[in-house]
Amino acid sequence: MKKKNMTVSRYFKRYLKRCVTGPVSLVMGLSVTLKYFFNPKRIVTEQYPENKKTLKMHPRYRGRLEMIEDAEGNNKCTACGMCEKACPNASINVLATKNIAGKKVLGRYEYHFGSCTQCGLCVEACPFGAIRMSQAFEVATTDPTSLDMILNKKEGQG
Amino acid sequence: MFTPSVTHPIGDFVRKLVPDAMGYVTPYLPQSVLEYIPAANSVVAFLINAVICIIAVCIVAIGNAPILIYMERKVCAHVQCRLGPMRLGWHGTIQTIADVLKMLFKEVYAPKGADKFIFYLAPMVVLIAPFLVLTLIPFDKNMVIANVPVGIPFIIAVNGFGILGILLGGWSSNNKYSLLGSLRSGAQMISYEISFAMILLFVVMVSGETNLLSITQGQEGTILDWWIFKIPVLGFIAFVLFFISSTAELNRAPFDIAEAEQELTGGYHTEYNGTAFAMFYLAEYINLVTTSSLATTCFLGGFYPPLIGVEAVDSVLMMVPGFVWFFAKVYFMIWCYMMVRWTFVRPRVDQLMDFEWKFLLPVNLVLLGLGGAYIVLFG
Repeated sequence: MKKKNMTVSRYFKRYLKRCVTGPVSLVMGLSVTLKYFFNPKRIVTEQYPENKKTLKMHPRYRGRLEMIEDAEGNNKCTACGMCEKACPNASINVLATKNIAGKKVLGRYEYHFGSCTQCGLCVEACPFGAIRMSQAFEVATTDPTSLDMILNKKEGQG
Repeated sequence: MFTPSVTHPIGDFVRKLVPDAMGYVTPYLPQSVLEYIPAANSVVAFLINAVICIIAVCIVAIGNAPILIYMERKVCAHVQCRLGPMRLGWHGTIQTIADVLKMLFKEVYAPKGADKFIFYLAPMVVLIAPFLVLTLIPFDKNMVIANVPVGIPFIIAVNGFGILGILLGGWSSNNKYSLLGSLRSGAQMISYEISFAMILLFVVMVSGETNLLSITQGQEGTILDWWIFKIPVLGFIAFVLFFISSTAELNRAPFDIAEAEQELTGGYHTEYNGTAFAMFYLAEYINLVTTSSLATTCFLGGFYPPLIGVEAVDSVLMMVPGFVWFFAKVYFMIWCYMMVRWTFVRPRVDQLMDFEWKFLLPVNLVLLGLGGAYIVLFG
């Protein structure tokens, strides 16, 4: 570890410097943990089954995929298929259809939750902000067929 | 006949009680037995006192361990923004007892190819040192079991048992990780024992006593009479150095080279389970108590309350019994050890040895010299 041209004076200079910087850095580290120790608000653990009713999920939590819908149930999806391409495990199938005017709109948005890893790449890929990851975390089920779902309630508006 | 100084009031009470009790028996004894009665009295009193001592030590040792394990979990959890055990009992208070019960009901077995005798001997050897040191510690004016005149040299000598146990355990396990861990810890503990002893000798030098009770009584008075503050800067430096070297002596992080879970899967106690492992664990925590008690006795005024020189406050502080102050200080020290353990990272083995031989030891020698100069100039 020693450098080749290490003179005695330089060695002692480094030694003395470390005698000062070492304790300072240790005290800085200790101050962080002391702050954590004396501040119970910093605790992030949830007492899950007990606080089931009051538990509010973290805003950045990624649950299952869901569509952003307004009050009438309309979504912003244009069936462009960017999310389908972004999905690494092919959990999304966007099936387009044509509306009365002959324009390509969203028909069915198929989502296979069983193979989804909740990576959120589809949400990042969506150019219209039509989908998001929901806050639902109690998603375990005994029925595998319920994992294949259709997200949109209405046909796309185009 | 050696008369043990068990907690003086109780010891004297027993010594007085035994002849009275024997008085009821003597009329029924034959003449040939009666001439041995005075000697028998002192032997019986000695044995009863010894039993009281053993029970007292066991209560302090085994009663403290679950509290400390619970405390360690909680302190560690809160440092890491967690809650720790919460489910069993109020805030998880019964969790430790459940864990201890689980540990006791486990089967104890030795690995194939292990040296069975030494393998089972090692945990018991580890337990010798903390129990012996506990007997010397003055918990209060009258609460000291063996008030020996050579307290501190005895403690330095006895501490070697800890290393012996760890080396035996690692050697006999027939496991390369155990062997590596025990060899590392042997090297570490032998090196740090030097600075540990030197700091204790510093206290011995400035106080002029080796008896722990006398060292404590030398610190009577206000908070400024404690050895940590009595000698302006040297006392505090000595305290910090004691803290560092005793952390290494205790094999606790940041100096837990011996265990080093990430490298050695537990070090010397990899192959131990059940009660044998519990004994290693118990020894570790009793050592924590004894070392904190030593720090309290040598630097923080032992069982004396932290008087500040204001009459109104002092009279209130004086009302609290001595052993409460003692344990309050001990638990404060333990809390410091825990905060350090869960904050700092583990140094490499060579850095660890560098630190001892290139920093701690020279500083200790300088400190001893300065202490001598202080005694000559102001003492």
